[in-house]
This record gives sequence, structure tokens and C-alpha cells, in this order.
Amino acid sequence: MISTSKGMVSPKMATKRVAASMAKRKKSERNFQLLGRGAIAVALAFLVVLFSSIFSKGLPGFFQYYVEIEVDIDREKLDPTGIFSQQSLYDGDARGVIRSALYAAVGAEGRSNKRAAGKLISPGAEQRLRKMVYNDPSLMDTTQTLRFALDDDVDSFLRGFINRETPEKDRRINDRMVEYIDRLQADGKIVYTQTLRFAMDDDVDSFLRGFIKRETPEKDRRINDRMVEYIDRLQADGKIIYAFSDYLIFGSASRNPEMAGIYGAFIGSILTLSVCLVLAFPIGVATAIYLEEIAPKNRITEIVEININNLAAVPSVVFGILGLAVFIGIFGMPRSIPLIGGVVLALMTLPTIIISSRAAIRAVPPSVREAALGVGASQIQTIFHHVIPLAMPGMLTGTIIGMAQALGETAPLLMIGMVAFIVDVPGSVTDPGTVLPVQIFMWADFAERMFVQKTSAAIIVLLAFLITMNAAAIVVRKKLERRW
Amino acid sequence: MTTFQIAANILFIGFVYFFIAQNSARQLQSSTQTKMHSRHHYYGFFAAFMAWLPAYALLIVMAIGDDIVFRSLSTNLIPDAVRTNADFNEIIAHAQIKNVVSGTNFGTQPDWVYDAAQAWQGWIATSTTLTTILCLSLAVLGGFWGYYKINPNFRSRNAVERIIVALLAASSVIAILTTVGIIFSVVFESLRFFALVPVSEFLFGITWNPQFEGAERAGSGQMGLSTYGSVPLFAGTMLISAVALTVAVPVGLFSAIYLSEYASDRVRGVVKPLMELLAGVPTVVYGFFAALTVAPFIRSMGLTLGLDVASESALAAGLVMGIMIIPFISSLSDDVIRAVPQALREAAYALGSTQNETIRQVVLPAALPGVVASVLLAVSRAVGETMIVVMAAGLAANLSLNPLDAVTTVTAQIVTILVGDQEFESAKTLSAFALALTLIVMTLVLNFIALHVVNKYREQYD
Repeated sequence: MISTSKGMVSPKMATKRVAASMAKRKKSERNFQLLGRGAIAVALAFLVVLFSSIFSKGLPGFFQYYVEIEVDIDREKLDPTGIFSQQSLYDGDARGVIRSALYAAVGAEGRSNKRAAGKLISPGAEQRLRKMVYNDPSLMDTTQTLRFALDDDVDSFLRGFINRETPEKDRRINDRMVEYIDRLQADGKIVYTQTLRFAMDDDVDSFLRGFIKRETPEKDRRINDRMVEYIDRLQADGKIIYAFSDYLIFGSASRNPEMAGIYGAFIGSILTLSVCLVLAFPIGVATAIYLEEIAPKNRITEIVEININNLAAVPSVVFGILGLAVFIGIFGMPRSIPLIGGVVLALMTLPTIIISSRAAIRAVPPSVREAALGVGASQIQTIFHHVIPLAMPGMLTGTIIGMAQALGETAPLLMIGMVAFIVDVPGSVTDPGTVLPVQIFMWADFAERMFVQKTSAAIIVLLAFLITMNAAAIVVRKKLERRW
Repeated sequence: MTTFQIAANILFIGFVYFFIAQNSARQLQSSTQTKMHSRHHYYGFFAAFMAWLPAYALLIVMAIGDDIVFRSLSTNLIPDAVRTNADFNEIIAHAQIKNVVSGTNFGTQPDWVYDAAQAWQGWIATSTTLTTILCLSLAVLGGFWGYYKINPNFRSRNAVERIIVALLAASSVIAILTTVGIIFSVVFESLRFFALVPVSEFLFGITWNPQFEGAERAGSGQMGLSTYGSVPLFAGTMLISAVALTVAVPVGLFSAIYLSEYASDRVRGVVKPLMELLAGVPTVVYGFFAALTVAPFIRSMGLTLGLDVASESALAAGLVMGIMIIPFISSLSDDVIRAVPQALREAAYALGSTQNETIRQVVLPAALPGVVASVLLAVSRAVGETMIVVMAAGLAANLSLNPLDAVTTVTAQIVTILVGDQEFESAKTLSAFALALTLIVMTLVLNFIALHVVNKYREQYD
């Protein structure tokens, strides 16, 4: 600013003063721009730090270590009662079967050695073995049940898929082979061994990843020296492998981190989100149509509009309280079910869908309506045949964004009890279940080192879905939206 | 039949009536050679709506109402001797009965509980049969009535359109009902809380130490061990929000200025969606990030500098919350800055201003109301944010203004109190509702001020 308090300034003086100030002004211009760039850099740096921190922790969470050992599946041990039900298998000594195979693999003898060796394997191995045997009873080594041999054709034969009465040239097992098989069977010499993969215990996993240091004094780490020795031996034999963690994808909630998976939470999320979509989309779009096209402009409509804007500002946790007090408290519905979760999330996302749908309807030019009305369509026909199809991309975009919001929401679901520890995968919207974000919240609370990776891996899955949904919203907007 | 099966059957009946009625209207027209008032499918829709609407309405009433009715019925089955007992609590009694009904009962209950449960199971069976028969017959009869009305003079299009308008209007009522439900659930429980704890203690007390009543009795026999002064919670909320704003306001505002005034369209097209990605990240992810990455980092930084930093410091939670609200500020501010007319900028350039002088002295003052509103909306976000503080800020209700201390917030307390098993009727459980009430009032006031600022101080340029 050029001061004029000292009276008139000659043009020459003014030019001089301006020229003198230019350097300063240019500098301040530069600084200002730098400030702006700096701010963006900071924001993007936060983004990068957030994502790289999650990804660096999470990608290893998709993998875990397995040990490969030769197991003799012994019926006497696995199913001593011979009932062959899930219960009788539980009574059997699946652990012993796996343990003895493991002792052989590592060469452990003596009680304390065996105890150390036994700790190497996840307790989930027993369950996996039982499940495998239960699903395929012919795996059992018994005198009367036919067992398979080395070749898959022999296996089929023994299972009865290849019939003995079939002419020899039509089956892939010739008569001599049949004879040999029969003889072996008579002698009881067909013993089935199967190579199984078992997940390592989470402490062992942490050790292999280097989180538990070899140098740490023995009493300070959860892996003792003998265990270290066995791990080294298994690794030297190439029996420990690092592979994609099927537990993460197909496992359900578990206190044992090596067995914990997101399958149950994932199904729960899908169920909850379906309920949310089925309720929020039609109701939201209907409300938007009513307010934008039909409602008379009066006090009541105004109240509804203000009310919707206010609902958009209400913290999400309050919707959880609504669900707790009304659906669980008054209507007496059970806790933890995806149905209530979906209803609560639908109420929460309604304002988002209504507001974006109204914007989409408003963007349809009046000439479209006038043309339809002009050729004799009724108001409802105009809306349903012309306005809605044209506004649909905008409505869909809003709905997808609302659904993405609902997918990531945690707090209201905690309120309605979806935080319970549920091992079973929910089969319908009225079975108790949990959802991905709540699973992440629960895992984040557990102390075991491996849960950090599992949590981050679950976050990556969640983020992948969210980014896909948001990208879909952008694509819908870009491809389908018309500009007038 | 389960509720879902009944609903599916009603849907099916409606569709059947649609086709029957549509065909019948078509045949009527061709056989009598008279012109129907409406097109054929409107007769079909009319019959279908007649089948659907009353049946679904009844189904909803039955599905929601049965439990309420059963509860009041079962109250009569509670023996007087039990009911007059000083320890008697109706909600607990109903919970006992329901546990037996649903087979989730552990241990043994008094005999009357089993009797009531048996009666309850009988009611469930009766109500299921009744609902199935009533709903399905209502659907069949309603649809038949719609079919019976088919007649060349019947204005079915007008009738169908009236039904559609009514349905659309009804769905806009859901939003109102949600608000009513929120107010209902929060205000009533809050009133009960304030009957136990004086309002003045809640609003001005400086110690927050909720205890379950049982714990109180088990103590030294003193009453009033639990105190419900909410000041530390609000101070904690404000502290964390303040930290968040010191991060988010400068970063968000300067990003918005740069993006709207300096950046080329290409840079803007890349950077803006990236920044909005920050808003799309679920809060539980931020909470995890704050608790496992940021908090330990700040703590170790503090230790190297010789500062004593709590492991659940307000700084960590606030910082991460700041990252979360950057896009709220930058997006909204960006919009209002771009809405400032180009003519104002050109006038300033014509007078010889540099670009940053134009921005600081012309554009920003013109956009100020919008910028203020965006900051206020960000504050209301920060105040209502739950997961970050639950995971990273801890539960210690310290009254402190030092961001390195552990503090707790209103939302964190609500979640802690209401998650898991609650004791009904206890002041601790009810306190969560009182906190929720104040939280709602706070966010609504912030929202109201933001809207008011925008409306009152908005410059009218056109």
C-alpha cells in the first residue's frame, strides 16, 4: 500500500516506491505458494505414511508359516470309540497323532523334548485333521474300510468309482493290479499317509519373522532354546514353508492368532450391508423424489428438510444408541444380529443418499418434465418414466458412497453388540455375527504380536473394498452422468 | 412360517394378482369392445398393491408388536411374592424368562421363570400361526378385491398414483421418525439419569468416576463413591479437537487455497481425489494407526526429548483425528473459494495486486463465511468422532490441558459404558445417555451456527 498521508506523490516517486517493494512482494508471493504446496505435501505425506504403515504391516499378514510333516492317520487313536461322529473325533487323540508325526520329523525323544516340540504346532492342526477325516472318512486306516494307494486311479478303484465288474479294457486298473490290491488288503498292508500342512504357533511365527530375537535372553522370550533348535532343524529340512494364509481368508474369529480369519466378519459385513442397501436405497430415493417433485412447499416440508440436514450431522455413535434403545430395548430384538446392524446403518446413511439423490433430481432440466407433461403424461408417469432414469446415475453414486460409509462404520455396531466373540459364520441376517471393521477393532485390542499383522491384513481387505466402491462411484458418475 | 417366508409369500401373491388382473383387464376390453379408463397394467398394479399393502402393514405390526405384548403378558405370570421383593426388577425378570425361551439360560432359575417361559413359547407358536394365516389371507382377499374392482369405469391409474404418492410421502416420514427415535431414546433415559444424579453435578463436577451400584455396595458402605462430573470428558474432547484443528485447519486451508487458485487442472484432478481418500478411510483404521504407530512414535520422541508422554496421549489421538478431518476442511473451503466471482480477482489484479495479495485481501475475506462454516463442520466431526479416541485416547478421565497427558472423551465413555453387559437402571448405564444428549446438542449447535454463519454473511454477488 502506498501511503498518501504526506500529500501527493509524483508519478516518478510512486514508480520508484513500487519498484522498491516489488522484491518483497514477489518474495511473499513465493512464500505463499510454497505454503500452499507445503500444505498439500503434508496432507499427501500423511496419506502415504498411513497407507505404507498399514501395508508394510499388513501384507505379511496374508502369509504365514506352515510345517509339512508325514502323518499316519491311525483310526485307533483318532476315533477310539469307533462311532465316527464329530464328537467321537473330539474324544480321540488327534493331537497325539500329529505330535508323534512331529516328533519323528524333528527327532524328539524324552518328555521335555517332546513337550518343546509339541509347542511348535498350532492347536488348530488337530481341528484341521479332524475336519479332514470327518469330511473324508475313507482317510481312516481301518481293516474293513478300503484305503487308497499311491496312484489316484487306485484310489478311485478303492472308493468304488471303478467297478470290478467293468471289462478290463474299459477300466484304468488292470486285473493284475486288482489282484495286488486285494492281496495287500488281505494282509492289512495298505496304510495311508498323507502330507499335511499345519500352521505354526503364533510365537513361532513371530520368531521366524524376526520379531522375537535369538539374542534375547531365554527367559524373556516366549520361545525357549530347545524350541529354537527344533525350528532350525525343521527349517534345515525344508519342512517349514511360508505360504499364503488360508486361515486368514477362510478362518473365523479365534483367540489363537495363527487360526484367526476374517471369513465370518466378511460374511457378516455382506449381510449387514445387504440389509442396509435394501432399506436405504428405496427409502432414500423415495424421500428425495417426494421432497423434490411432489411435496408442497410448506412448513412441514421445510421441517422435514431441516431434519434431514440435522440427521446428517448427528455423530454415528448416536445411531448406535438409537438401535440399542429402540430395536433391542423396546422391540425386544436379539443383540449382535446383522439385521439390526443393517437397519441402524441404513438410518445413518439415509441423509447421504437423500441429499445426493435430490441433487441428481434437481439437475434434470425442467424442459424434460414439461415435454412429458405436454404429451399427456401424468405427474407420476413423468417422474417414473423420465426424471428417475435420468437422475439414476447420480442417485447410484450417492448410494455407493453411502454404502462405503456404512461398510467402514464401527461405533454404532459396537453399541448393538456386534462386538461379541462369535466363532460361527452367520448364515442369515438373524444369526449373531460381526463385521470387518468391528473385527479389526477387536483384533487391535489383542496383545499377541501376530494379531498386528492379521489386523493390518484385514484392514487391507477392507480398504480394497472401500476403494473399489469409491472407484465404482467415480466410474458411474463419469460414464453415465449427463450434463445439460 | 418365519417372518421372511411370510414376506416372500405375500410378494408372490401380489405378483400373481398383477398378472391375473392385467390379463383380465385386457380380456374385458377385447370381449366387450369398451375402452378401459386406464391402461391394463394399472389394473394389475392396483390389485398387487391391494394384496401387498395391508398384508405387509399387518406383518410389520405383528413382527414388532409380539415381543412387547408377550412381555406385558408375562408380567402377570410373575408371582406376587417375587414382585413385592425389594430386589425385584422387571427388566431383569423378563431377561431371565427370555433366556430360558431362547435356550441361552445357564444355571437354574426359580420355577416361575420356567412356567413363564413355557407360556411364552406357547404364545410364540400361537402368534406365528396367527400371523401366517392372517397375513396370507389378507393378501389373498386384498388382491381379490383389487381384481373385483376391474371395470371400464374404474380409474385405476389415479388410484395407483395416489398410492404411490402416499408411499413416497411415507418414506420421507422415516427421517422424522429417526429423529423422534433418537430424541425418545436419549431424552427419556437422560431424565432418569438426572433423577439419580443432579444436573449441576453432571454439568459442573470435575471428577468422572462412574461405578456400578453393586461395586458401591461392596465397598466400605459409603454412598456416593461414584461421581458423574462431565467436565473432564468435555475438556478432553475439546483438547483432542483442538489438537486436531491445529493440524487440520492450516493444512486443509492452505491446500484448498493452492488447489483452487494456483494448481493446474491436472494437478487438481490428481490431488483432490487423493486428499478425499483420507476421508474415505474408516475411522477404525485411523484408530489402529494412532494406537500402534503414532502413539508409540510420539512417546519415544518425547522420551528422547526428556518429556514424560502418556502412552495414550491426547496428542496422538488429536494428530490422527486432524489427518482425518483435513479433507472436510479442504473440500468445503475449496468449493467456497472457487465460488468467489472471477470479477473480484480481476479487479484486484487491475489495481496491481500480486496473486497472493489478491487472495489474502480480496478472495479470502469474500470466502470467509464458507471457510468458517467448513471449520465448524470439521469441529462437529471431531467432537462426534468415536473410534480414534476409543482406540488411542484411553479411558483415564484426567482434567488436563497438556496434550501429552492421557485424556478421555465423551464418545469414548459412551462406547465403554454401553458396550458389553450393562446393569439396567444403574446410574452408570444411564449416564451414557446423558452424555449422548449433550453430544447431540453440541453437534447440532455447531451445525446450526455453521449454517447461520453461511446464510447471514454470505455475499450476494449476482
